Amino acid sequence: MGANIPIHEVIKPAKERGFKWDPNEAPTEDYHDALEQLEKEGELEILRVPEPYIEVENKYGRIKKIPLERTWHHKSCGQCGHIPGYSTSIFWLNRQLGLDYLDPKDQTSCTAWNYYASATSNPAAQAAVAVRNFAAAGETGYFPLIHCGTSFGHYKETRHEIIHHHDLRRQVKKIMERLGKKLVMPEEIVHYSEWVHVIRDKVAERQTIDMSQIKAAVHPACHYHKLIAEDAIYDEEIYGAQRSAIITGTLLKLGIDVGDYSTWYDCCGFGFRHILVSRDFSRSFSTMRKIEIMKKEVNPDVVVTHDTGCVTTLDQSQFAAKAHDRDVGVPVMSDSQIAALAMGAHPYKVLQLHWHNTDNKAFLRKLGIDVEAKWQEFEDACEKLKSGEQQFLTWEDADA
Amino acid sequence: MASNVTSRPSTALDLTGSKYRDIPFEEKERLFAEVKADMRFEDVLYGCYECGICTAACPSARFYHFSPRIIAQAVAREDEDLVYTLMNDSIWDCSQCFSCDRCPRHNSPGGLITVMREVAVRNGLQTARDALEGYGRIIYKVMSTGTQVSPDMLQADAFPDWGKHVTEIAENLDIWRRALPPETLHTTETGWEIDDKTIIELYLIWHMTGVMDMIKDIDEGLFMILQDVMEERLEEAGYDETFD
Repeated sequence: MGANIPIHEVIKPAKERGFKWDPNEAPTEDYHDALEQLEKEGELEILRVPEPYIEVENKYGRIKKIPLERTWHHKSCGQCGHIPGYSTSIFWLNRQLGLDYLDPKDQTSCTAWNYYASATSNPAAQAAVAVRNFAAAGETGYFPLIHCGTSFGHYKETRHEIIHHHDLRRQVKKIMERLGKKLVMPEEIVHYSEWVHVIRDKVAERQTIDMSQIKAAVHPACHYHKLIAEDAIYDEEIYGAQRSAIITGTLLKLGIDVGDYSTWYDCCGFGFRHILVSRDFSRSFSTMRKIEIMKKEVNPDVVVTHDTGCVTTLDQSQFAAKAHDRDVGVPVMSDSQIAALAMGAHPYKVLQLHWHNTDNKAFLRKLGIDVEAKWQEFEDACEKLKSGEQQFLTWEDADA
Repeated sequence: MASNVTSRPSTALDLTGSKYRDIPFEEKERLFAEVKADMRFEDVLYGCYECGICTAACPSARFYHFSPRIIAQAVAREDEDLVYTLMNDSIWDCSQCFSCDRCPRHNSPGGLITVMREVAVRNGLQTARDALEGYGRIIYKVMSTGTQVSPDMLQADAFPDWGKHVTEIAENLDIWRRALPPETLHTTETGWEIDDKTIIELYLIWHMTGVMDMIKDIDEGLFMILQDVMEERLEEAGYDETFD
């Protein structure tokens, strides 16, 4: 609705004149050129995007390659730890579409909690952690796909530092030599939601759940589109290329009505150290500046975002706000979960919605899903695990 | 520092310099020199139009007496007294969301704050210790396991404001983790299953990049715990104290 800010009117002139960046007039350097030059000089090795890939445009109209398969899944600690249906849905989509992927054990997190939250790290350590993961991916023949928005943003920062600081590059190279690895940088740093964006046509082709009656509000993750802002996907058909196309492009393809709201640029309130040790701030910001504004201006059935911290903060913060009679109560999910749900994924065995906080039953029922029956199926599966009949739920069980 | 809330959780930020007047100027100058010497400094501060776009976009500015503009200006003007005050009493309010990166001068006040925080930690400032109080377990998890958010962190006593569903998760943790189809996610103490070799490589990185020294400066107890955990694993893997 966007009652207070007529965004469609604001961006209309830009759309009408065919707003398009000329990459030659971009205000920032092209990291591709810088990486190629450093490779020629023997400073690093580029891990190239495997074919088949899809070409999209970033903020300044430069081409970014997004791999379809042979992806090495750089998991997110927050997703895997507290909202595991997020990453499970990403893997499920790969499996359903028959795309080759690898879920590695030779992977650490980006460790950026100790960078953005506590500052108990430094650029050399962070770059070494990043390059160690990239090198590990390269050793397998797969290409890194970054699940976490912060890992994505942090690795973009790290790439900038490695490109521009000779001493850092040498230090990291020396560390990698001691680990028996090379200084490897991927040709592109790719966020999973960019991958979801480029497979959206394939998802829509296999869509079994009609989502045309759903209204959504989108929260774009800060570390996706604000950190090294030029390396984010934009599309002149979506928001007139005035905002990142990610998430919204996927939802529109699935027939979902995406509502606009005036605080779209605001962060979710995660704050890193705040979500753990100053949560009063996170709760207040996420409910008062995001959820309540979304409710007032869009009244969405669901909030969709594409980062670990955003799903966590926007979802978990609503419990305490509800106790204070704030206008909250909207389920929060990732674009990967919505895409999987559209293709008929099980809401509990795949989306694992029982790990989420805000009640999502009304949303599921609006899609025609029998919530009680689905929960019973999950409970039955858990009984088999409890009785020892099975040790783990398998992918086959998830689709049974 | 516009706000639409009726109360502010933080006390007013004293910018007069009186609070830290007993700190020798040379000490303030030394810390500021460390900030300016950081390799990232040239990428995060080019000057300041004083337009306030950074503060208008800043989530922390809405709820705290916090302003990325004041921080950028203080550093740009090389006001050592004010920088010292901000390094103690302001920088930990930053959300590190980088909304301030929309600065028309291409500054990154958030990036500047990252650098200032590291200098505060490296020098063991008491305010940094206070800001990180209660945060030791996170640092421990990141450094010792290679993941931070582990499933077993979801405990009702740590997240009372997230409601009863946290208790439900804690009570069903083992079964619900086994009810995850991806094999790597059956863990409860780490986000996913990580190879031993990977953890050893991570420990070597911490030692080779001075991170262990940073921890020692800010939390000696945590340093000793981490040192014990890492030494044992590194010795088992055949590394001596020189990591060769």
